Amino acid sequence: MKKITFTLNGESRTVAVAPHEVLLDVLRDKLGVKSPKVGCERGDCGACTILLDGKPVRSCLILAVEVEGQEITTLEGVGRDGPTPLQESFIRHNAFQCGFCAPGIVLAATALLEKNPKPTAHEVQEAISGNLCRCTGYEAIIESAVEAGRQGTARARKPAARKSANR
Amino acid sequence: MKFVGQSATRIDEREKVTGAAPYADDLDFGPNLLHAEIVESPHAHAIIKKIDVSRARKVPGVVKVVTGKDFPYTFGLYMQDRFIFARDRVRFVGEQVAAVIARDPVTAKRAARLVKVTYEPLPFVLDLKEALKEDALLVHPDLKNYGHCAWFFPVPDTNIAHWRKTRKGDIEAGFREADTVLEDTYTVPRYAHCAIEPHVIVGQCDLSGRLTLWSSSQSPHTQRHVFAAALAPLGLKHQDIRVITPYVGGGFGGKAGVSMEIIAAALALAVKGAPVKVRWTREQEFYNTYQRQGVIARIKMGVKKDGSITAIEHTLHWDAGAYVEYGANVVNAVGLSATGPYRVPNVKIDSVCVYTNLPPGGPYRGFGYSEFMFGLESHINRIAKMIGLDPVEFRRRNAIREGDTLPYGAHMNPCALVDAIDKTAAEIEWGKKEEAAAPNKVIGKGFACFWKAPAMPPNAASAAFLKFSEDGSVNISVSGMEIGQGYLTVMAQIAAEVLTVPPEKIRVETPDTDRNAYEWQTVGSHVTWGCGNAVKAAAEEARAKMIEVVHRVHGFAKEDLYLEDERVKCRAKPDFALAFKDFVINGIQTPRGNFLGGPILASGMFMPEFTSATGDPETSQGGHPNVHYTVGAAGIVLEVDKETGKMRVRKVVLAVDVGQAINPDLVKGQVVGGMLQGLATALYEDIRYSPAGKLLNPNFTDYKIPTALDLPDAIVPIIIETPQPDGPFGARGVGEHTMIPSAPIVANAIEDATGLRIKSLPLTAEKVALELRGIRYDDVKGETMGLCFMGDPQKYAFFAKSKA
Ligand code: FES
Ligand code: FES
Repeated sequence: MKKITFTLNGESRTVAVAPHEVLLDVLRDKLGVKSPKVGCERGDCGACTILLDGKPVRSCLILAVEVEGQEITTLEGVGRDGPTPLQESFIRHNAFQCGFCAPGIVLAATALLEKNPKPTAHEVQEAISGNLCRCTGYEAIIESAVEAGRQGTARARKPAARKSANR
Repeated sequence: MKFVGQSATRIDEREKVTGAAPYADDLDFGPNLLHAEIVESPHAHAIIKKIDVSRARKVPGVVKVVTGKDFPYTFGLYMQDRFIFARDRVRFVGEQVAAVIARDPVTAKRAARLVKVTYEPLPFVLDLKEALKEDALLVHPDLKNYGHCAWFFPVPDTNIAHWRKTRKGDIEAGFREADTVLEDTYTVPRYAHCAIEPHVIVGQCDLSGRLTLWSSSQSPHTQRHVFAAALAPLGLKHQDIRVITPYVGGGFGGKAGVSMEIIAAALALAVKGAPVKVRWTREQEFYNTYQRQGVIARIKMGVKKDGSITAIEHTLHWDAGAYVEYGANVVNAVGLSATGPYRVPNVKIDSVCVYTNLPPGGPYRGFGYSEFMFGLESHINRIAKMIGLDPVEFRRRNAIREGDTLPYGAHMNPCALVDAIDKTAAEIEWGKKEEAAAPNKVIGKGFACFWKAPAMPPNAASAAFLKFSEDGSVNISVSGMEIGQGYLTVMAQIAAEVLTVPPEKIRVETPDTDRNAYEWQTVGSHVTWGCGNAVKAAAEEARAKMIEVVHRVHGFAKEDLYLEDERVKCRAKPDFALAFKDFVINGIQTPRGNFLGGPILASGMFMPEFTSATGDPETSQGGHPNVHYTVGAAGIVLEVDKETGKMRVRKVVLAVDVGQAINPDLVKGQVVGGMLQGLATALYEDIRYSPAGKLLNPNFTDYKIPTALDLPDAIVPIIIETPQPDGPFGARGVGEHTMIPSAPIVANAIEDATGLRIKSLPLTAEKVALELRGIRYDDVKGETMGLCFMGDPQKYAFFAKSKA
């Protein structure tokens, strides 16, 4: 077991992990953060997506020991002060059905809007192409993200939400 | 109407978009949670000679090792043909043989590898031709002793688990009357559901004997019932079993009934006191839940010059896999409806459910209709062409209408199929030839109709409880499952319409069999209709109770009282308005100072009392097995690259008669999602088994499902509303239907574009490219296979007995 420390949704966390432990399992089972989902455990589905230093990555492919000192955001860290404009757009569009893919897709779209505040539909498609959704046919998801950008609610995350640490 | 017919926001969307929605795997069970790992058969068919668990048991952290000897009980929804763990023999690669329960998953996995199972491999049948030959090796020698539902007809000492025969009119006379007869064979391989959430279940039997299961399921009450039946020898009864189902991460039929969940129920009993989790890996999700069954179908159709169909003979042989406890009912449903949505005076259907040594088949969105409509709708295009009739016009002329006699003798419900056909044809500009920009590309158009009825036992019931809170908000507890379709929202909208309470003030709870009202299961696209009726009845009862108490206190005539804007109002006294929040819990104060009334509570129930499954086994005449059909049409504009075979969907249109769209936006969601799921079965999902019966591509790298980059250029949903007389506000189901026509529209469009008629799914780019070069795919397909008929489908001999 090795102690690692990293920032999780704005808060510094320390946890003891074995070298073989996967970040997804550590987040879910040791830290109680349940929004990243287990879908395939081999990098195919994107259900386990988290933001690592702001970039969407698959937490099932990362060893927990690798994230020492880094900043991790899960969906729990995104809408802390109420849903973001992007999340509101998803809600308005009835974008998700079963919702199992939603944590991963919301994060992937959040990361996209942060670097590209007004994405085209195709840019959204590319950004979420690693996140499988079996229910929706993606159409409403794509529309929601494009519309959130168009409405100039550029920041997917409110600045306050990013910093609101230590809850 | 104020709430019904509106595209209301889903009442679960906020929870889902914020990550708050709990799924079964997200629930916490504390440090005492145990984990199970399954020991699986590496053989398609073998005798289990010996299981040595001694080494596994010694691994530190292992709590228990369980084998078939510990639970020698059978289970099955419609046919009790499965043991909880394989006992003397295994029947497919991946079948559960034993389980190791340990403190953590890694230990369980390590110890499972130490369980030593000695097998004596047996010959196996993967091929339908082998499975049906005279002296076939029997997958279930004991078939004649299995319990099953009253409407199954197994053939003892064969691999035929069920044979649904439907006979209407005089089939031979029908063919004699025809000017043109076309007969051909179509094949559809197996497919996988691929819900993104794998099956997961936690079972806990406390020391008082109470068994609770937290299950990712479409069927909480049915699970309780199947568990109670299977575990009855251990003294368990319904009252001892509780199934709790939080949100489900996609079902599509894969989480209907009971598949792997029985393992957790048994294991919980083996380690009383501690919760034990069984979570399927993605691989197991592919090979040990249900798969969509493969089918080979022979269609013989007769038509007159004017295009009217005189006869359809449809023979379907289904590869149902090693266990058919649910899959045989898919076969049954098709056996009743394999004419498609057409008026056909002379019908002969044989739908035959065949055991093979492949993973169990079962329900998948469309419940057999996707499978048979591929062949039927391909066939219709061809026969229309033979008589020189436009295929859309051909369908118009034969389209089923209200009151028409169905294949089994009952009558068709109201529907507007012709309207759906016309609107779809107009939307894809049927008849207008389109030119592709690039020289190697061609554009074709495809068209198909569809229909589907829920396949339900005649006494499948739905029920609802309804109560108010002090603020006038409402809680409804039902046991249908929110599997993504928007069921919770639709129930809220139905209650909202009756009670005048907006849907956002209505909470609809996910099921807990101890607390929520009964629901048979969330399958067959029936819950909007069946459970919607129950919720409507509950809301109406609540309304009556509210009116009653106002009448008692104020003396207004009950006929004058009505609900509006969350108030009780009175026609005779326009200035009277009593807000719900002012009386639905604490009653109404009388001039004497006392209170009348109290908490408003209501319940509602619905069962389709007009149905029966008593049709004659030889003809299916006489019963009323289906409640109603939802019909529609679909069309596609498809671009085909003649070099690569690659296809691009430029536009796809689907018109469906939903009776009444309770929430049009959710109907559109079903059209878009279902259509893409269906297009994937046509264009690239391609399951492969080795010649030894091992699934070769149980993952998303090798079994491709659509990504956000695979969308058609446009999907156009068209909603048609011909009210269903017995539906809530006229609604009928729509969830599955949107997937059904996808494959035949693609096949028909490929032919329109290139002249190539492909009679087997999938219609992959590879297959199209090869066939366009004149290379028969069947000649080069190699050893692996998705359909359990290894030879050339055109040479498949449908056995003589089916001619009987
Ligand atoms: S669980 Fe990580 S990509 Fe599927
Ligand atoms: S909404 Fe079900 S997987 Fe995306």
